[in-house]
Amino acid sequence: MSDKVLMKGNEAIAEAAIQAGCRYFFGYPITPQNEIPEYMSKRMPKVGGVYLQAESEVAAINMVYGAAGAGARVMTSSSSPGISLKQEGISYIVGSDLPCVIVNIVRGGPGLGGIQPAQSDYFQAVKGGAHGDYHLVVLAPSSVQEAVDLMTDAFDIADMYRVPVMLLGDGMLGQMMEPVEFKEQKGRDLPSKEAWATTGTKGKRRKNVVNSLYIDPKELEDLNIKRFERYKQIEANELRYEMINCDDADIVLVAYGTTARVANSAMRSARSEGLKVGLIRPITLWPFPVEAFQKAVQTTKAFLAVEMSMGQMVEDVRMAINGAKPVHFYGRTGGMVPTPSAIIEELKKILGGER
Amino acid sequence: MKKVFQRPEVLSDVVMHYCPGCTHGIIHRLVAEAIDELNIQDRLVGVASVGCSVFSYNYFECDMQQAAHGRAPAVATGIKRVHPNNIVFTYQGDGDLAAIGTAEMVHAAARGENITIIFVNNAIYGMTGGQMAPTTLLGQVTQTSPYGRNAETQGYPIKVCEMLATIEGTAYVERVSVDNVKNIMATKKAIKKAFQTQIDGKGFSLVEVLSTCPTNWGLSPVESLGWLRENMMPYYPLGIYKEK
Repeated sequence: MSDKVLMKGNEAIAEAAIQAGCRYFFGYPITPQNEIPEYMSKRMPKVGGVYLQAESEVAAINMVYGAAGAGARVMTSSSSPGISLKQEGISYIVGSDLPCVIVNIVRGGPGLGGIQPAQSDYFQAVKGGAHGDYHLVVLAPSSVQEAVDLMTDAFDIADMYRVPVMLLGDGMLGQMMEPVEFKEQKGRDLPSKEAWATTGTKGKRRKNVVNSLYIDPKELEDLNIKRFERYKQIEANELRYEMINCDDADIVLVAYGTTARVANSAMRSARSEGLKVGLIRPITLWPFPVEAFQKAVQTTKAFLAVEMSMGQMVEDVRMAINGAKPVHFYGRTGGMVPTPSAIIEELKKILGGER
Repeated sequence: MKKVFQRPEVLSDVVMHYCPGCTHGIIHRLVAEAIDELNIQDRLVGVASVGCSVFSYNYFECDMQQAAHGRAPAVATGIKRVHPNNIVFTYQGDGDLAAIGTAEMVHAAARGENITIIFVNNAIYGMTGGQMAPTTLLGQVTQTSPYGRNAETQGYPIKVCEMLATIEGTAYVERVSVDNVKNIMATKKAIKKAFQTQIDGKGFSLVEVLSTCPTNWGLSPVESLGWLRENMMPYYPLGIYKEK
Protein backbone atom coordinates (compact mmCIF):
# COMPACT_ATOMS: atom_id res chain seq x y z
CA MET A 1 0.00 0.00 0.00
CA SER A 2 2.85 2.39 0.64
CA ASP A 3 4.31 2.25 -2.89
CA LYS A 4 4.11 5.42 -4.88
CA VAL A 5 2.48 5.24 -8.29
CA LEU A 6 2.42 7.84 -11.04
CA MET A 7 -1.19 8.70 -11.76
CA LYS A 8 -3.30 11.30 -13.50
CA GLY A 9 -5.30 13.37 -11.02
CA ASN A 10 -8.68 12.24 -12.34
CA GLU A 11 -7.75 8.56 -12.19
CA ALA A 12 -6.28 8.94 -8.71
CA ILE A 13 -9.50 10.61 -7.51
CA ALA A 14 -11.53 7.71 -8.92
CA GLU A 15 -9.28 5.08 -7.33
CA ALA A 16 -9.32 6.92 -4.00
CA ALA A 17 -13.12 6.96 -4.09
CA ILE A 18 -13.21 3.20 -4.63
CA GLN A 19 -10.73 2.69 -1.80
CA ALA A 20 -12.98 4.89 0.35
CA GLY A 21 -15.75 2.37 -0.21
CA CYS A 22 -17.66 4.08 -3.00
CA ARG A 23 -19.40 1.37 -5.03
CA TYR A 24 -21.83 3.37 -7.15
CA PHE A 25 -20.91 5.92 -9.78
CA PHE A 26 -23.32 7.73 -12.07
CA GLY A 27 -21.87 10.18 -14.58
CA TYR A 28 -21.83 11.73 -18.01
CA PRO A 29 -18.81 12.55 -20.19
CA ILE A 30 -17.44 16.08 -20.14
CA THR A 31 -13.89 17.43 -20.50
CA PRO A 32 -11.63 17.75 -18.47
CA GLN A 33 -12.94 15.06 -16.05
CA ASN A 34 -13.48 12.15 -18.46
CA GLU A 35 -10.80 9.97 -16.88
CA ILE A 36 -12.95 9.70 -13.73
CA PRO A 37 -15.91 7.94 -15.43
CA GLU A 38 -13.54 6.02 -17.69
CA TYR A 39 -11.61 4.70 -14.71
CA MET A 40 -14.83 3.93 -12.85
CA SER A 41 -16.20 1.97 -15.83
CA LYS A 42 -13.07 -0.20 -15.74
CA ARG A 43 -12.77 -0.65 -11.96
CA MET A 44 -16.33 -0.75 -10.62
CA PRO A 45 -17.26 -4.12 -12.14
CA LYS A 46 -14.04 -5.57 -10.66
CA VAL A 47 -14.97 -4.56 -7.10
CA GLY A 48 -18.62 -5.55 -7.34
CA GLY A 49 -19.77 -1.98 -7.83
CA VAL A 50 -21.93 -0.24 -10.41
CA TYR A 51 -20.84 2.20 -13.08
CA LEU A 52 -23.66 3.73 -15.09
CA GLN A 53 -23.37 6.30 -17.86
CA ALA A 54 -26.52 8.36 -17.59
CA GLU A 55 -28.31 10.17 -20.40
CA SER A 56 -27.46 13.54 -18.87
CA GLU A 57 -25.94 15.16 -15.80
CA VAL A 58 -29.49 15.81 -14.65
CA ALA A 59 -30.27 12.09 -14.71
CA ALA A 60 -26.89 11.20 -13.18
CA ILE A 61 -27.38 13.36 -10.08
CA ASN A 62 -30.91 11.99 -9.65
CA MET A 63 -29.53 8.45 -9.83
CA VAL A 64 -27.13 9.56 -7.09
CA TYR A 65 -30.17 10.78 -5.13
CA GLY A 66 -31.88 7.40 -5.52
CA ALA A 67 -28.76 5.42 -4.62
CA ALA A 68 -27.90 7.66 -1.67
CA GLY A 69 -31.49 7.38 -0.45
CA ALA A 70 -31.14 3.61 -0.72
CA GLY A 71 -28.18 3.82 1.66
CA ALA A 72 -25.25 3.51 -0.74
CA ARG A 73 -21.85 5.23 -0.74
CA VAL A 74 -22.22 6.99 -4.08
CA MET A 75 -20.59 9.71 -6.16
CA THR A 76 -20.75 11.57 -9.43
CA SER A 77 -18.25 13.79 -11.19
CA SER A 78 -18.45 16.46 -13.85
CA SER A 79 -17.02 19.77 -14.97
CA SER A 80 -18.51 23.23 -14.76
CA PRO A 81 -21.35 23.19 -17.36
CA GLY A 82 -22.30 19.70 -16.17
CA ILE A 83 -22.27 20.82 -12.54
CA SER A 84 -24.70 23.59 -13.47
CA LEU A 85 -27.06 20.89 -14.73
CA LYS A 86 -26.71 18.96 -11.48
CA GLN A 87 -27.79 21.87 -9.31
CA GLU A 88 -31.45 20.84 -9.19
CA GLY A 89 -30.51 17.39 -7.92
CA ILE A 90 -28.03 18.82 -5.42
CA SER A 91 -30.78 20.93 -3.87
CA TYR A 92 -33.04 17.86 -3.52
CA ILE A 93 -30.17 15.84 -2.03
CA VAL A 94 -29.64 18.60 0.55
CA GLY A 95 -33.37 18.90 1.21
CA SER A 96 -33.68 15.16 1.79
CA ASP A 97 -30.53 15.06 4.00
CA LEU A 98 -28.71 12.55 1.82
CA PRO A 99 -24.95 11.93 1.77
CA CYS A 100 -22.95 11.83 -1.46
CA VAL A 101 -19.75 13.12 -3.06
CA ILE A 102 -19.70 15.36 -6.12
CA VAL A 103 -16.42 16.07 -7.92
CA ASN A 104 -16.15 19.25 -9.99
CA ILE A 105 -13.04 19.50 -12.18
CA VAL A 106 -13.56 23.15 -13.02
CA ARG A 107 -13.02 24.62 -16.49
CA GLY A 108 -13.31 28.19 -17.79
CA GLY A 109 -16.76 29.76 -18.22
CA PRO A 110 -19.41 31.09 -18.43
CA GLY A 111 -21.44 29.18 -21.02
CA LEU A 112 -19.57 26.46 -22.83
CA GLY A 113 -16.51 28.49 -21.87
CA GLY A 114 -13.32 26.52 -22.47
CA ILE A 115 -11.68 23.30 -21.38
CA GLN A 116 -8.66 24.79 -19.59
CA PRO A 117 -8.40 25.01 -15.79
CA ALA A 118 -10.31 27.65 -13.85
CA GLN A 119 -11.63 28.46 -10.39
CA SER A 120 -14.63 30.40 -11.57
CA ASP A 121 -17.15 28.00 -9.97
CA TYR A 122 -16.21 29.12 -6.44
CA PHE A 123 -19.42 31.12 -6.00
CA GLN A 124 -21.51 28.24 -7.35
CA ALA A 125 -19.85 25.73 -5.03
CA VAL A 126 -19.56 27.83 -1.89
CA LYS A 127 -22.48 30.26 -2.05
CA GLY A 128 -25.16 27.81 -3.16
CA GLY A 129 -25.52 27.08 -6.87
CA ALA A 130 -29.03 25.73 -6.42
CA HIS A 131 -32.23 26.95 -4.75
CA GLY A 132 -32.89 27.02 -1.04
CA ASP A 133 -31.02 27.62 2.22
CA TYR A 134 -28.00 25.34 2.29
CA HIS A 135 -24.24 24.86 2.21
CA LEU A 136 -22.10 22.31 0.47
CA VAL A 137 -18.99 21.16 2.26
CA VAL A 138 -16.33 22.09 -0.30
CA LEU A 139 -12.88 20.51 -0.24
CA ALA A 140 -10.16 22.01 -2.44
CA PRO A 141 -7.04 19.83 -2.78
CA SER A 142 -3.93 21.40 -4.30
CA SER A 143 -2.16 18.21 -5.33
CA VAL A 144 -3.09 14.77 -6.60
CA GLN A 145 -1.87 13.32 -3.29
CA GLU A 146 -4.07 15.67 -1.30
CA ALA A 147 -7.08 14.83 -3.48
CA VAL A 148 -6.47 11.15 -2.74
CA ASP A 149 -6.02 11.78 0.99
CA LEU A 150 -9.22 13.87 1.19
CA MET A 151 -11.47 11.34 -0.50
CA THR A 152 -12.15 9.16 2.56
CA ASP A 153 -12.85 12.32 4.54
CA ALA A 154 -15.21 13.53 1.83
CA PHE A 155 -17.34 10.37 2.09
CA ASP A 156 -17.09 10.27 5.89
CA ILE A 157 -18.15 13.90 6.28
CA ALA A 158 -21.07 13.23 3.92
CA ASP A 159 -22.19 10.19 5.95
CA MET A 160 -21.50 11.76 9.34
CA TYR A 161 -23.62 14.88 8.79
CA ARG A 162 -25.90 13.60 5.98
CA VAL A 163 -24.79 16.30 3.55
CA PRO A 164 -23.43 16.33 0.01
CA VAL A 165 -19.69 17.08 -0.15
CA MET A 166 -18.05 18.65 -3.18
CA LEU A 167 -14.43 18.04 -4.13
CA LEU A 168 -13.51 21.15 -6.08
CA GLY A 169 -10.54 20.69 -8.36
CA ASP A 170 -9.59 22.31 -11.62
CA GLY A 171 -8.55 21.08 -15.04
CA MET A 172 -4.91 21.18 -14.00
CA LEU A 173 -5.42 18.93 -10.98
CA GLY A 174 -7.50 16.53 -13.06
CA GLN A 175 -5.08 16.29 -15.95
CA MET A 176 -1.63 16.40 -14.35
CA MET A 177 0.28 13.28 -13.38
CA GLU A 178 1.95 13.08 -9.99
CA PRO A 179 3.33 10.30 -7.81
CA VAL A 180 0.73 9.30 -5.24
CA GLU A 181 0.53 6.94 -2.34
CA PHE A 182 -2.73 5.31 -1.35
CA LYS A 183 -2.39 5.25 2.40
CA GLU A 184 -4.44 2.97 4.60
CA GLN A 185 -7.40 5.17 5.51
CA LYS A 186 -8.84 4.63 8.95
CA GLY A 187 -12.28 6.04 8.36
CA ARG A 188 -14.61 7.10 11.17
CA ASP A 189 -17.31 5.53 13.26
CA LEU A 190 -20.34 6.52 11.29
CA PRO A 191 -24.03 6.57 12.19
CA SER A 192 -26.18 3.74 10.81
CA LYS A 193 -28.35 4.50 7.78
CA GLU A 194 -31.06 2.06 8.83
CA ALA A 195 -33.33 4.73 10.29
CA TRP A 196 -33.87 6.44 6.95
CA ALA A 197 -32.54 4.44 3.96
CA THR A 198 -35.09 2.93 1.58
CA THR A 199 -33.97 -0.67 1.53
CA GLY A 200 -37.44 -2.22 1.74
CA THR A 201 -38.99 -2.67 5.18
CA LYS A 202 -38.37 -6.46 5.14
CA GLY A 203 -41.47 -6.52 7.35
CA LYS A 204 -39.37 -5.44 10.32
CA ARG A 205 -39.90 -1.70 10.61
CA ARG A 206 -42.14 1.18 9.63
CA LYS A 207 -41.62 2.65 6.19
CA ASN A 208 -38.76 5.06 5.50
CA VAL A 209 -39.48 8.10 3.34
CA VAL A 210 -36.83 10.17 1.57
CA ASN A 211 -38.40 13.53 0.87
CA SER A 212 -37.81 17.28 0.70
CA LEU A 213 -41.44 18.45 0.46
CA TYR A 214 -42.95 20.19 3.50
CA ILE A 215 -46.13 22.12 2.91
CA ASP A 216 -46.28 23.44 6.49
CA PRO A 217 -43.87 26.42 6.65
CA LYS A 218 -43.20 25.93 10.36
CA GLU A 219 -42.13 22.35 9.78
CA LEU A 220 -39.86 23.42 6.89
CA GLU A 221 -38.34 26.22 8.96
CA ASP A 222 -37.63 23.79 11.81
CA LEU A 223 -35.93 21.38 9.44
CA ASN A 224 -33.80 24.13 7.92
CA ILE A 225 -32.78 25.29 11.39
CA LYS A 226 -31.88 21.71 12.34
CA ARG A 227 -29.79 21.39 9.18
CA PHE A 228 -27.96 24.60 10.01
CA GLU A 229 -27.20 23.23 13.47
CA ARG A 230 -25.39 20.41 11.68
CA TYR A 231 -23.56 23.00 9.58
CA LYS A 232 -22.39 24.60 12.83
CA GLN A 233 -20.91 21.26 13.90
CA ILE A 234 -19.18 20.99 10.53
CA GLU A 235 -17.73 24.49 11.00
CA ALA A 236 -16.46 23.46 14.42
CA ASN A 237 -15.07 20.04 13.45
CA GLU A 238 -14.11 19.96 9.80
CA LEU A 239 -12.22 23.18 9.12
CA ARG A 240 -8.97 22.64 7.20
CA TYR A 241 -6.37 25.13 6.08
CA GLU A 242 -2.65 25.69 5.84
CA MET A 243 -0.70 28.77 7.00
CA ILE A 244 2.88 29.16 5.83
CA ASN A 245 5.35 31.90 6.86
CA CYS A 246 2.57 34.11 8.19
CA ASP A 247 4.20 35.01 11.54
CA ASP A 248 6.61 37.64 10.22
CA ALA A 249 4.86 38.36 6.92
CA ASP A 250 4.30 41.91 5.72
CA ILE A 251 1.87 40.55 3.17
CA VAL A 252 -0.05 37.27 3.07
CA LEU A 253 -1.02 35.54 -0.15
CA VAL A 254 -4.35 33.71 -0.15
CA ALA A 255 -4.92 30.95 -2.68
CA TYR A 256 -6.51 27.49 -2.90
CA GLY A 257 -6.18 24.46 -5.15
CA THR A 258 -3.46 24.39 -7.79
CA THR A 259 -3.23 28.20 -7.66
CA ALA A 260 -1.93 27.83 -4.10
CA ARG A 261 1.09 25.95 -5.50
CA VAL A 262 1.83 28.81 -7.89
CA ALA A 263 1.42 31.21 -4.98
CA ASN A 264 3.71 29.06 -2.87
CA SER A 265 6.45 29.25 -5.55
CA ALA A 266 5.95 33.02 -5.70
CA MET A 267 6.24 33.24 -1.92
CA ARG A 268 9.50 31.28 -1.86
CA SER A 269 11.05 33.36 -4.66
CA ALA A 270 9.93 36.57 -2.98
CA ARG A 271 11.41 35.43 0.33
CA SER A 272 14.75 34.77 -1.38
CA GLU A 273 14.62 38.38 -2.56
CA GLY A 274 14.04 39.49 1.02
CA LEU A 275 10.30 40.17 0.81
CA LYS A 276 8.38 38.96 3.86
CA VAL A 277 5.53 37.03 2.25
CA GLY A 278 3.23 34.43 3.80
CA LEU A 279 0.50 32.16 2.48
CA ILE A 280 -2.91 31.10 3.70
CA ARG A 281 -4.29 28.12 1.81
CA PRO A 282 -7.92 27.28 2.58
CA ILE A 283 -8.49 23.53 2.12
CA THR A 284 -12.14 23.69 3.12
CA LEU A 285 -13.71 26.53 1.10
CA TRP A 286 -16.90 25.97 3.05
CA PRO A 287 -16.50 26.14 5.96
CA PHE A 288 -14.14 29.02 5.17
CA PRO A 289 -11.14 29.23 7.53
CA VAL A 290 -11.96 32.61 9.03
CA GLU A 291 -9.79 31.85 12.08
CA ALA A 292 -6.63 31.75 9.91
CA PHE A 293 -7.32 35.32 8.82
CA GLN A 294 -8.12 36.45 12.36
CA LYS A 295 -4.65 35.24 13.34
CA ALA A 296 -2.81 36.70 10.35
CA VAL A 297 -4.55 40.05 10.52
CA GLN A 298 -2.85 40.73 13.90
CA THR A 299 0.63 40.92 12.34
CA THR A 300 0.51 41.35 8.60
CA LYS A 301 -0.05 44.59 6.70
CA ALA A 302 -2.00 43.41 3.69
CA PHE A 303 -3.45 40.41 1.87
CA LEU A 304 -3.30 39.42 -1.79
CA ALA A 305 -5.84 36.87 -2.98
CA VAL A 306 -4.83 35.01 -6.12
CA GLU A 307 -7.38 33.04 -8.12
CA MET A 308 -8.08 31.64 -11.55
CA SER A 309 -11.20 33.79 -11.74
CA MET A 310 -12.26 37.43 -11.86
CA GLY A 311 -12.33 37.43 -8.06
CA GLN A 312 -14.66 35.15 -6.12
CA MET A 313 -12.92 33.75 -3.02
CA VAL A 314 -11.55 37.25 -2.43
CA GLU A 315 -15.03 38.24 -1.20
CA ASP A 316 -14.79 35.69 1.61
CA VAL A 317 -11.29 36.95 2.41
CA ARG A 318 -12.66 40.51 2.67
CA MET A 319 -15.44 39.32 4.96
CA ALA A 320 -12.95 37.46 7.15
CA ILE A 321 -10.67 40.54 7.36
CA ASN A 322 -13.69 42.80 7.84
CA GLY A 323 -11.89 45.98 6.75
CA ALA A 324 -9.05 45.62 9.25
CA LYS A 325 -6.35 45.48 6.54
CA PRO A 326 -6.30 46.07 2.78
CA VAL A 327 -7.20 43.05 0.63
CA HIS A 328 -5.87 43.03 -2.92
CA PHE A 329 -6.72 40.72 -5.77
CA TYR A 330 -4.86 39.25 -8.69
CA GLY A 331 -6.55 36.79 -11.03
CA ARG A 332 -6.39 35.19 -14.44
CA THR A 333 -9.49 33.76 -16.03
CA GLY A 334 -10.88 31.82 -18.99
CA GLY A 335 -8.33 29.02 -18.59
CA MET A 336 -5.26 31.23 -18.10
CA VAL A 337 -3.04 30.32 -15.16
CA PRO A 338 -1.23 32.90 -12.99
CA THR A 339 2.58 32.69 -13.02
CA PRO A 340 4.85 33.13 -9.98
CA SER A 341 6.56 36.10 -11.63
CA ALA A 342 3.27 37.89 -12.20
CA ILE A 343 2.34 37.33 -8.54
CA ILE A 344 5.74 38.65 -7.39
CA GLU A 345 5.20 41.74 -9.53
CA GLU A 346 1.85 42.30 -7.79
CA LEU A 347 3.47 41.80 -4.38
CA LYS A 348 6.13 44.38 -5.18
CA LYS A 349 3.54 46.89 -6.37
CA ILE A 350 1.60 46.52 -3.13
CA LEU A 351 4.64 46.59 -0.87
CA GLY A 352 6.03 49.57 -2.83
CA GLY A 353 2.80 51.46 -2.28
CA GLU A 354 1.79 51.47 -5.95
CA ARG A 355 -1.47 49.71 -5.21
CA MET B 1 -68.81 -13.01 9.65
CA LYS B 2 -66.64 -13.40 6.57
CA LYS B 3 -64.74 -10.28 5.50
CA VAL B 4 -65.24 -9.78 1.79
CA PHE B 5 -63.77 -6.34 1.28
CA GLN B 6 -60.97 -4.48 3.03
CA ARG B 7 -58.29 -1.88 2.54
CA PRO B 8 -55.19 -3.36 0.89
CA GLU B 9 -52.35 -3.63 3.41
CA VAL B 10 -50.00 -1.44 1.40
CA LEU B 11 -52.55 1.38 1.08
CA SER B 12 -52.13 3.79 4.01
CA ASP B 13 -55.11 4.46 6.27
CA VAL B 14 -55.15 8.22 5.64
CA VAL B 15 -57.41 10.74 3.92
CA MET B 16 -56.17 11.37 0.38
CA HIS B 17 -55.92 14.91 -0.95
CA TYR B 18 -57.32 14.08 -4.39
CA CYS B 19 -60.37 15.99 -5.65
CA PRO B 20 -63.80 14.32 -5.50
CA GLY B 21 -64.33 12.12 -8.54
CA CYS B 22 -60.65 11.95 -9.46
CA THR B 23 -59.54 8.50 -10.55
CA HIS B 24 -56.14 8.62 -8.82
CA GLY B 25 -57.80 6.99 -5.80
CA ILE B 26 -58.92 4.00 -7.90
CA ILE B 27 -55.47 3.65 -9.45
CA HIS B 28 -53.75 3.84 -6.04
CA ARG B 29 -56.03 1.07 -4.84
CA LEU B 30 -55.34 -1.10 -7.87
CA VAL B 31 -51.57 -0.68 -7.42
CA ALA B 32 -51.95 -1.59 -3.74
CA GLU B 33 -54.10 -4.66 -4.48
CA ALA B 34 -51.55 -5.90 -7.03
CA ILE B 35 -48.73 -5.43 -4.53
CA ASP B 36 -50.64 -7.26 -1.80
CA GLU B 37 -51.47 -10.16 -4.09
CA LEU B 38 -47.86 -10.49 -5.25
CA ASN B 39 -46.71 -10.25 -1.62
CA ILE B 40 -43.86 -7.82 -2.40
CA GLN B 41 -44.61 -5.09 0.16
CA ASP B 42 -41.54 -5.89 2.30
CA ARG B 43 -39.08 -5.40 -0.54
CA LEU B 44 -40.94 -2.62 -2.30
CA VAL B 45 -39.57 0.90 -2.83
CA GLY B 46 -41.81 3.46 -4.50
CA VAL B 47 -40.86 6.75 -6.11
CA ALA B 48 -43.33 9.63 -5.91
CA SER B 49 -43.24 12.25 -8.64
CA VAL B 50 -44.29 15.90 -8.90
CA GLY B 51 -47.88 16.71 -9.81
CA CYS B 52 -51.16 15.56 -8.29
CA SER B 53 -49.52 12.35 -7.06
CA VAL B 54 -46.77 14.30 -5.28
CA PHE B 55 -48.00 13.05 -1.88
CA SER B 56 -48.19 9.40 -2.91
CA TYR B 57 -45.37 8.73 -0.44
CA ASN B 58 -48.05 9.25 2.21
CA TYR B 59 -50.42 6.75 0.60
CA PHE B 60 -48.29 3.65 0.14
CA GLU B 61 -47.12 1.72 3.20
CA CYS B 62 -43.69 0.88 1.84
CA ASP B 63 -40.32 2.66 1.63
CA MET B 64 -40.72 5.71 -0.60
CA GLN B 65 -38.57 8.38 -2.19
CA GLN B 66 -39.86 11.69 -3.48
CA ALA B 67 -38.25 12.66 -6.80
CA ALA B 68 -37.74 16.01 -8.50
CA HIS B 69 -40.14 16.81 -11.35
CA GLY B 70 -39.68 14.25 -14.12
CA ARG B 71 -36.71 12.51 -12.54
CA ALA B 72 -38.49 9.53 -10.97
CA PRO B 73 -37.11 6.96 -13.48
CA ALA B 74 -33.54 8.16 -12.75
CA VAL B 75 -34.16 8.00 -8.99
CA ALA B 76 -35.69 4.54 -9.40
CA THR B 77 -32.61 3.50 -11.40
CA GLY B 78 -30.35 4.57 -8.53
CA ILE B 79 -32.42 2.58 -6.02
CA LYS B 80 -32.69 -0.52 -8.20
CA ARG B 81 -28.96 -0.59 -8.96
CA VAL B 82 -28.17 -0.54 -5.24
CA HIS B 83 -30.82 -3.13 -4.32
CA PRO B 84 -31.51 -5.29 -7.40
CA ASN B 85 -33.74 -7.57 -5.31
CA ASN B 86 -36.04 -4.76 -4.30
CA ILE B 87 -39.13 -4.14 -6.38
CA VAL B 88 -38.99 -0.51 -7.48
CA PHE B 89 -41.84 1.45 -9.02
CA THR B 90 -42.59 5.04 -9.94
CA TYR B 91 -46.02 6.66 -9.99
CA GLN B 92 -46.03 9.58 -12.45
CA GLY B 93 -48.49 11.84 -14.22
CA ASP B 94 -48.39 12.96 -17.84
CA GLY B 95 -46.67 16.31 -17.27
CA ASP B 96 -44.01 14.67 -15.13
CA LEU B 97 -43.36 11.68 -17.38
CA ALA B 98 -44.06 12.90 -20.90
CA ALA B 99 -42.79 16.52 -20.74
CA ILE B 100 -40.11 17.42 -18.22
CA GLY B 101 -39.17 13.76 -17.63
CA THR B 102 -39.15 12.49 -21.22
CA ALA B 103 -35.42 11.86 -21.29
CA GLU B 104 -35.40 9.97 -17.99
CA MET B 105 -38.37 7.83 -19.07
CA VAL B 106 -37.03 7.00 -22.54
CA HIS B 107 -33.51 6.21 -21.35
CA ALA B 108 -34.66 4.09 -18.41
CA ALA B 109 -36.60 2.13 -21.06
CA ALA B 110 -33.60 2.04 -23.42
CA ARG B 111 -31.42 0.61 -20.65
CA GLY B 112 -34.07 -2.01 -20.01
CA GLU B 113 -34.00 -0.84 -16.41
CA ASN B 114 -35.83 -3.48 -14.39
CA ILE B 115 -38.38 -1.09 -12.87
CA THR B 116 -42.13 -0.55 -13.17
CA ILE B 117 -43.75 2.76 -14.08
CA ILE B 118 -47.39 3.53 -13.37
CA PHE B 119 -48.14 6.37 -15.76
CA VAL B 120 -51.39 8.24 -15.14
CA ASN B 121 -52.53 10.17 -18.21
CA ASN B 122 -55.36 12.64 -17.69
CA ALA B 123 -54.37 14.99 -20.52
CA ILE B 124 -53.82 17.99 -18.25
CA TYR B 125 -51.62 19.45 -15.49
CA GLY B 126 -53.84 18.93 -12.47
CA MET B 127 -51.84 20.12 -9.47
CA THR B 128 -50.89 23.48 -10.99
CA GLY B 129 -54.48 24.23 -11.97
CA GLY B 130 -55.25 22.84 -15.42
CA GLN B 131 -52.58 23.88 -17.89
CA MET B 132 -51.87 22.20 -21.24
CA ALA B 133 -50.02 18.88 -20.90
CA PRO B 134 -47.93 17.00 -23.46
CA THR B 135 -50.90 14.64 -23.73
CA THR B 136 -53.60 17.35 -24.05
CA LEU B 137 -55.73 16.51 -27.09
CA LEU B 138 -56.00 18.72 -30.17
CA GLY B 139 -58.79 21.24 -29.64
CA GLN B 140 -58.83 20.63 -25.86
CA VAL B 141 -59.29 23.84 -23.86
CA THR B 142 -56.97 24.32 -20.88
CA GLN B 143 -55.68 27.31 -18.91
CA THR B 144 -52.76 27.65 -21.37
CA SER B 145 -54.61 26.54 -24.51
CA PRO B 146 -57.66 28.78 -23.99
CA TYR B 147 -58.62 28.57 -27.70
CA GLY B 148 -58.12 24.82 -27.81
CA ARG B 149 -54.83 23.07 -28.46
CA ASN B 150 -53.72 24.07 -31.94
CA ALA B 151 -51.33 21.70 -33.72
CA GLU B 152 -49.77 24.54 -35.69
CA THR B 153 -48.53 26.41 -32.63
CA GLN B 154 -48.72 23.82 -29.85
CA GLY B 155 -47.88 20.58 -31.60
CA TYR B 156 -49.36 17.15 -31.10
CA PRO B 157 -50.11 15.07 -28.02
CA ILE B 158 -47.49 12.41 -27.30
CA LYS B 159 -48.37 8.73 -27.50
CA VAL B 160 -46.09 7.27 -24.87
CA CYS B 161 -46.92 3.55 -25.26
CA GLU B 162 -46.54 3.65 -29.04
CA MET B 163 -43.15 5.39 -28.67
CA LEU B 164 -41.87 3.01 -25.98
CA ALA B 165 -42.93 -0.03 -27.99
CA THR B 166 -40.21 0.84 -30.52
CA ILE B 167 -37.51 0.68 -27.83
CA GLU B 168 -35.61 -2.60 -27.55
CA GLY B 169 -35.22 -2.39 -23.76
CA THR B 170 -38.94 -2.35 -22.90
CA ALA B 171 -40.36 -5.67 -21.72
CA TYR B 172 -44.00 -4.84 -21.08
CA VAL B 173 -46.03 -1.79 -22.14
CA GLU B 174 -49.81 -1.59 -21.94
CA ARG B 175 -52.40 1.18 -22.06
CA VAL B 176 -55.51 0.74 -19.93
CA SER B 177 -58.35 2.89 -18.60
CA VAL B 178 -60.39 3.23 -15.43
CA ASP B 179 -63.60 4.53 -17.03
CA ASN B 180 -65.74 1.47 -16.20
CA VAL B 181 -65.67 -1.67 -14.07
CA LYS B 182 -64.49 -3.94 -16.89
CA ASN B 183 -61.59 -1.64 -17.69
CA ILE B 184 -60.77 -1.20 -14.00
CA MET B 185 -60.41 -4.99 -13.70
CA ALA B 186 -58.21 -4.99 -16.81
CA THR B 187 -56.10 -2.18 -15.32
CA LYS B 188 -55.44 -4.21 -12.20
CA LYS B 189 -54.44 -7.19 -14.32
CA ALA B 190 -52.03 -4.98 -16.31
CA ILE B 191 -50.46 -3.48 -13.18
CA LYS B 192 -49.98 -6.93 -11.71
CA LYS B 193 -48.40 -8.12 -14.94
CA ALA B 194 -46.04 -5.13 -14.95
CA PHE B 195 -44.83 -5.94 -11.43
CA GLN B 196 -44.55 -9.64 -12.38
CA THR B 197 -42.38 -8.60 -15.34
CA GLN B 198 -40.01 -6.93 -12.90
CA ILE B 199 -40.11 -9.86 -10.45
CA ASP B 200 -39.15 -12.14 -13.35
CA GLY B 201 -36.23 -9.84 -14.17
CA LYS B 202 -37.43 -9.22 -17.73
CA GLY B 203 -36.78 -5.46 -17.74
CA PHE B 204 -38.66 -2.21 -18.12
CA SER B 205 -42.43 -2.22 -17.67
CA LEU B 206 -44.92 0.62 -17.97
CA VAL B 207 -48.69 0.78 -17.64
CA GLU B 208 -50.36 3.91 -18.97
CA VAL B 209 -53.69 4.48 -17.26
CA LEU B 210 -56.16 6.84 -18.96
CA SER B 211 -57.57 8.87 -16.11
CA THR B 212 -59.93 11.77 -15.49
CA CYS B 213 -59.60 15.26 -14.02
CA PRO B 214 -63.15 16.47 -13.35
CA THR B 215 -61.92 19.62 -11.56
CA ASN B 216 -59.75 20.93 -14.37
CA TRP B 217 -61.81 19.49 -17.22
CA GLY B 218 -64.79 21.42 -15.79
CA LEU B 219 -67.03 18.34 -15.87
CA SER B 220 -68.82 16.20 -13.30
CA PRO B 221 -67.11 12.91 -12.40
CA VAL B 222 -69.61 10.95 -14.49
CA GLU B 223 -69.37 13.35 -17.45
CA SER B 224 -65.59 13.05 -17.20
CA LEU B 225 -65.74 9.28 -17.68
CA GLY B 226 -67.80 9.85 -20.82
CA TRP B 227 -65.35 12.50 -22.06
CA LEU B 228 -62.46 10.08 -21.56
CA ARG B 229 -64.25 7.40 -23.60
CA GLU B 230 -65.27 9.74 -26.41
CA ASN B 231 -62.13 11.82 -26.72
CA MET B 232 -59.11 10.11 -25.18
CA MET B 233 -59.72 6.50 -26.20
CA PRO B 234 -59.84 7.12 -29.97
CA TYR B 235 -56.48 8.94 -29.84
CA TYR B 236 -54.96 6.70 -27.14
CA PRO B 237 -56.17 3.19 -28.05
CA LEU B 238 -56.14 0.64 -25.23
CA GLY B 239 -54.08 -2.50 -25.55
CA ILE B 240 -50.75 -4.22 -25.07
CA TYR B 241 -48.05 -2.46 -27.04
CA LYS B 242 -45.12 -4.63 -26.04
CA GLU B 243 -44.78 -7.94 -24.26
CA LYS B 244 -41.56 -9.92 -24.06
